[in-house]
Amino acid sequence: MQTKDINEQIKWAQINKDVLRSMENPRMAYWVAVGTCLAMLMCAVVAEIYQYQVGMGPANLNWPQMWGLYIATFIFWIGMSHSGTLLSAILHIVHADWRKPIYRFAEAMTTFSLMTAGLFPMIHLGRLWNMYWVLPYVSDRGIWPNFRSPLVWDAFAIFTYLTSSAMFLFIGMIPDLAICRDNAKGWRKKLYTALSLGWSGTDRQWRHFRKTYLLMACFLIPLAVSVHSIVSSDFAMSIMPGWHVTSFPPYFVAGALYSGCAAIITLFILLRYFFRFEEYMTIPILEKTCKLTFVIAMAWSYLNLIEFAATWYGHDTAAKEVLWDKFTGPYSPYFWAMLFFGSVLPFTLAFEKLRRHLPTMFVVSLLLNVGMWLERWMIVSPTLSLSYHPIAWNVLWPSMVQWAIVFGSFGWFGLLFLVFVKVFPSVSMYEVKEMVYHRRRAHVEDQAKYFHRRLSDRQPATDTPSP
Amino acid sequence: MSKHRIMGLFSDFDQAFAAVADIRAYKIPGVSVDDVTIKSPIEHPEIEEVLGERPAHVPKFTLMGALFGMTFGFLFLASAQATFLVQPQGGKPVVPLPSNIVLTYEMTILFGVLFTIISFVIGSRIVRKRDTLYSEMVSLDQVGVLLEVDEGKAQALKDLFKAHEVVEIREEVVR
Repeated sequence: MQTKDINEQIKWAQINKDVLRSMENPRMAYWVAVGTCLAMLMCAVVAEIYQYQVGMGPANLNWPQMWGLYIATFIFWIGMSHSGTLLSAILHIVHADWRKPIYRFAEAMTTFSLMTAGLFPMIHLGRLWNMYWVLPYVSDRGIWPNFRSPLVWDAFAIFTYLTSSAMFLFIGMIPDLAICRDNAKGWRKKLYTALSLGWSGTDRQWRHFRKTYLLMACFLIPLAVSVHSIVSSDFAMSIMPGWHVTSFPPYFVAGALYSGCAAIITLFILLRYFFRFEEYMTIPILEKTCKLTFVIAMAWSYLNLIEFAATWYGHDTAAKEVLWDKFTGPYSPYFWAMLFFGSVLPFTLAFEKLRRHLPTMFVVSLLLNVGMWLERWMIVSPTLSLSYHPIAWNVLWPSMVQWAIVFGSFGWFGLLFLVFVKVFPSVSMYEVKEMVYHRRRAHVEDQAKYFHRRLSDRQPATDTPSP
Repeated sequence: MSKHRIMGLFSDFDQAFAAVADIRAYKIPGVSVDDVTIKSPIEHPEIEEVLGERPAHVPKFTLMGALFGMTFGFLFLASAQATFLVQPQGGKPVVPLPSNIVLTYEMTILFGVLFTIISFVIGSRIVRKRDTLYSEMVSLDQVGVLLEVDEGKAQALKDLFKAHEVVEIREEVVR
C-alpha cells in the first residue's frame, strides 16, 4: 500500500520528462473528454442564440421567479473557484507541502470557474451589449447605479478576484514556463519564451518570486472570503424570507470550499488517468484531499443546521413557511437530495478503504457537487416561489433553454480546463522538485540522527542521492 | 584588462554552496561573495544563508499599492457618486460610507496585487534578454554559480570550481 505522498527517489530530470510528456501525448480518453465538452458547449451556444433572438421568454424567467438556474449556477461556479485559493494560498501559508503536485490545476480551476461564473449575469440580464453599465464609472448616461446594492459589489469583487487569481496562476507558473521554453519547439517555444518573461532561475529572481507569491497568497485568502460573502449579500441583504439570514456569508464560504474540494477530487482522478500521473497525484495525496473535504462538509452541515435553527426560532412566520416548504413542498425532493448528497454522502470520505478506491471517489465527488449545485438552486427558487404576498406564490420550473445553458456551462469550463492542461504544465515541476528535495533531505537527517552522526558532517555520497 | 563572465555548473547544491563558501572566505583575492549569482532549478532556502542577505523590496511596493488602491478606490467611487447629486437620495448620504468600505476593500486588494506584480517584474529584472551563459541544465537539475571577474582571476576561479567537482564551466569575455 502506498503510504508516501511522493516517491522521494524520483530524479528531477524524470519529473520534467513526465510532466512535459503529459502535454504531448495524453490518453485517448482525454480527446473523448474534449469532444464531450465541446458537444455540451454547443448545447448552450444553440440555446443562447435562440434566447438572444427571441428574448428572455423561453428561459421561463418570469415574475416572481426572476432568478432561476442562471443565478443559482452563477453562485455554484463562484463557489467552485475557491478550490484554488484553498489549495494554493491557504495550504501554502501553512506549509502543507502535499499540495504541491496538485495545486496548479486547482488554481486553473479557480480562474476558469470564475470565467464561467461571469457569463451567467450577462446571460441572465439578456442584454449582453449593455453589460458595461454595471461599472460605476463617472458618466452622464443617467443610469444611476445603486452603490448600496450588493450586485454592484459583485462586479467589483468578481473582477478583482478574477484578475488576482489569474495573476496568481500566471506568476506561479513562470519557472515552469521556463522549463517548457527550454524543451519546446515550434509555436510552443515562441509561446513559452514570451510567457516565461526571460526567467533564468537566478537567486534574485527566486528571492523576488518567493515574496511575490507569498504576498499574493496573503491577499487572495481575504479576497476569496470577501467575494463569497458579497455574493451571499445578494441574498442576505434583501428582506426576502429565507434569505435574510445572518449566517449566510460563512455558510456560502463553507459551501464554496466544499464544492471546490469535491471538484479537485474529480479532476485529480481524471488528470491522473489522462496523463498517467500516478507518480505525482498519489493515493496518499488524494486521501488528504478527501479528509479536508470531509472536514469542510461537516462545517457546511453545521452551518446548514444553524440556518434552519435561526429561521425556526426566529419568529419570522414567512421565513418559517419557506423553510417548511423546502422540507415538504414541491421542491422537497431536490432539497432532501441536497441534504443527502451534502451531509450524508461525505461520510464515505471517512473510510480509508473507500478513500483509496478511485472509481468510488470519482462518483462520490461528482455527487457531492450535484448536492452543492442543488444547494444553490434551493437557496434561489423556494424563496422566490413563496414570498410575502400570496399573489406572488408561484412555482416555475426551469425551461429547456435554462437547462441547456447550465449544462453547457460545464462543457465550457471543461473545455477551458482541458485546453489549459494540454498547453501548460498541470503539475508544478519546480514545486515537486522542491518537495522531493526537502523530503529526501529530511529523510537523510533522520538517518543521521539514527546513526548518532553530527548533522553538520558531510554526508556519504550514498546518503545524498544527486537530484 | 578584459572582464570574464564564468559560470560553473554543479550537480547539486552542496557542491555549489561549498564553492561559494570558498569565495566568501576570499580564497580568490579580490573576488567577493557579493559578485556571485546562483542559478538554480528550485528555490533553496539556504541560498540566502550562503550569499548573505540581499534586498527584495516587494513588500514596500505592495504596501504602496494597497494604500493607493484604498485611496483611489474610495475617491473613484465618491466622485462617481457625487455626479448623482441631482438624483433624489431620500435622505440617504450621497457618499454612503458602509457600502463604500466594501468596494474600497476590493480596490485595496486589487491594487495591492497589481503593485506586487509590478515590483516583481522590476525587482527581479526578469523582462530582459537572458545572458548568453544561460544553461538549460539549470532548469533541469544543475546549479549554476556565475561571476564576472578580471581576466587575471579567471583561471583561479575555474580551479576553485574544479576543486568542488564542477560538471561544466562556461565562459565568455564581456569587454
